[in-house]
Amino acid sequence: MKWGNDLSTFVEKFRQYLKPGYYDEFDYHWTMTIDLDRCTGCEACVVACQAENNLPIVGEKRYAQNREIKWIRIERYWEGEYPDVKMGFIPMLCQHCDAAPCEIACPVFATYHNQDGLNTQIYNRCIGTRTCAVYCPYEVRYFNWFTYTWDEPLEQQLNPDVTVREKGVMEKCTFCIQRIRLAKDNAKDDDRRRVRDGEVVPACVQSCPTEAMAFGDSNDPEAKVSKMMKDPRGYTVLEELNTTPSIVYLKKAHAES
Amino acid sequence: MFDHGQPSYAEVNKDILSVMLETGPRYWMLLGTTMSVAVIFFFMPWFYQLIVGVGAAGMNRNAYWGTYLSNFIFWIGLSHSGTLLSAILHITNSPWRKSVYRSAEAMTLFSLMTAALFVMVHLGRVWFVHWSFPIPNQMGLWPNFRSPLMFDVMAITTYLTASSIFIYMGSVPDFAAVRDASTGLRRRLYTIFCFGWRGTAREWHTLGWAYTFFAVFVIPLAVSVHSIVSWDFALSIVPGLHHTIFAPYFVCGAIYSGTAGIVTVMYCLRKYLNFERYIGQVHLDNLGKLLIALSLIWSYINILELFSTWYGGSSFELEALKFKLTGFYAPLYWEMILFCAFVPLLMFFRKFRWSWNKMLVISILINIGMLTERFIIVATSQPRKFLPNAFGFYFPSWIEISITIGSFAIFATLFLIFIKWVPAISIYEVKETLKPLRRDA
Repeated sequence: MKWGNDLSTFVEKFRQYLKPGYYDEFDYHWTMTIDLDRCTGCEACVVACQAENNLPIVGEKRYAQNREIKWIRIERYWEGEYPDVKMGFIPMLCQHCDAAPCEIACPVFATYHNQDGLNTQIYNRCIGTRTCAVYCPYEVRYFNWFTYTWDEPLEQQLNPDVTVREKGVMEKCTFCIQRIRLAKDNAKDDDRRRVRDGEVVPACVQSCPTEAMAFGDSNDPEAKVSKMMKDPRGYTVLEELNTTPSIVYLKKAHAES
Repeated sequence: MFDHGQPSYAEVNKDILSVMLETGPRYWMLLGTTMSVAVIFFFMPWFYQLIVGVGAAGMNRNAYWGTYLSNFIFWIGLSHSGTLLSAILHITNSPWRKSVYRSAEAMTLFSLMTAALFVMVHLGRVWFVHWSFPIPNQMGLWPNFRSPLMFDVMAITTYLTASSIFIYMGSVPDFAAVRDASTGLRRRLYTIFCFGWRGTAREWHTLGWAYTFFAVFVIPLAVSVHSIVSWDFALSIVPGLHHTIFAPYFVCGAIYSGTAGIVTVMYCLRKYLNFERYIGQVHLDNLGKLLIALSLIWSYINILELFSTWYGGSSFELEALKFKLTGFYAPLYWEMILFCAFVPLLMFFRKFRWSWNKMLVISILINIGMLTERFIIVATSQPRKFLPNAFGFYFPSWIEISITIGSFAIFATLFLIFIKWVPAISIYEVKETLKPLRRDA
């Protein structure tokens, strides 16, 4: 009896999924655009992320060992020799690839793709094989080599909405999934089907003084990101690897010399 | 076949069983040493690492895999020759296999166990390792069968099971021989171990076809296991790892280092267990020829890997290649080429192939080369991935080095225990090679 019920629900759901437009109506595709023309490399996003997502402060020694945890980092590149030197920088965070190399790697499904187009990481499920980090071409996955602690009274500022990770667990940018969840819950409470554009603002986007970053749902053609993405300056990092990232960078425009 | 004259049936039993039944103080001293080395060098640092976190090892961002994983591949590789070689030689009916195969298979078993330990050491949260097995659970969670690591779990457990059964099945008549030669508790134990073997024609017939069946079954399994291990690397898109050649490269390298390992083990058995009568020139000569063939294939694949990387011309691949050939670990790379491609060429000369001491040195050099090969694969590709900003460097910490040393002690301990529980040379198959109805000389 029960089995029959389950089966009919399953069939019903499956029919719904097959309906054209179902995914556009119910699912999101969270996307970020970063305008490198506006980015000043001030690292406000790095600090904001640290505060929002309970990132541990690893200390000088472990920083020197290349074991810092920064879900978003500013990469600096130099071009040319000293007098005629040009510097460029690019904020690098999890690209939430649609064809993510890290997702096939995990033997226990600790990292997987959710309906919102997010590349999620389940800390409690992670057994620490670190394969995902090896497979990641952007090197934006960070491993908890130790259990980190916060000195008094810093533990008071931990965000209660975000898990504090223990040793042996992989972590990375979540696009502030706690804020996405909150916005979705609010939308549900207001009897709205979808989250409004601009309702979800990740910590890095919120803190950007030059508004170089935009975040939203690219399934919604009216959203700010959808318009920004169409900018001819847009490109994705390491496009030739065909990972189809969810972050679109807008190229820095150079004056014609 | 026999360098020192053919032994009689009774002598075969006596020679081989005496190793099991008579234990001197030297054995206990050796066992005590290896066990304490294993505890001090392997388990104590591991325990420390469990408490502190994997950060105790030298790995860092963008070198997330280190010596643990390279050692895992090394031990899996070492396991490859035993069962595979034994099965192939059984099917091709090579008589020289018979006095070598039992220890070779034991080597397979114990290096697989050591390799499995390295997986445990590698994991960040080893206490949840059972999550990587498809065990139905109340969380309704299932492992990810797309993951090459999951293939690994499947392949290695299958290989471990199959090679355990293979070695056990081949030992049943010998367990009966132990039972007949002993008294008391040992007699009762071996009565169980040998399933009450009586040696009837029917039993021999059943054993014969079952053994051949398993030999056929094990060969593709062994090939698949190391291919799958190579896919841990090759299925990534990391420059320097993402090569189609990796599966044959790893399988060939595995059989190569495994065969060299057999030579080392044979030397020790001959020297310390007085098996000169049974392990002779013919074995050394054949293993030497096999090693030459494998080393040539190995060199060819290496050249091919370099060529296809250069010919492909991808800037990421070329950067990784440059780091491998001229970077910090370049001396290790050239050492590997010397030990695995050039030193084995000496075996073309009979002078080297027929001398136990020279072969011992060559076989150990090959395995040092293979150990470095795996280390280079892990340590030179990850620090040169795609984004130059994240280029890094990996150097093993003292904990990793100590655990590497300890793993050899674990292998030795297991082997020492093995020679007291199972006849290290197949008694009944050695007898098959004797000329029948021979009176005592």
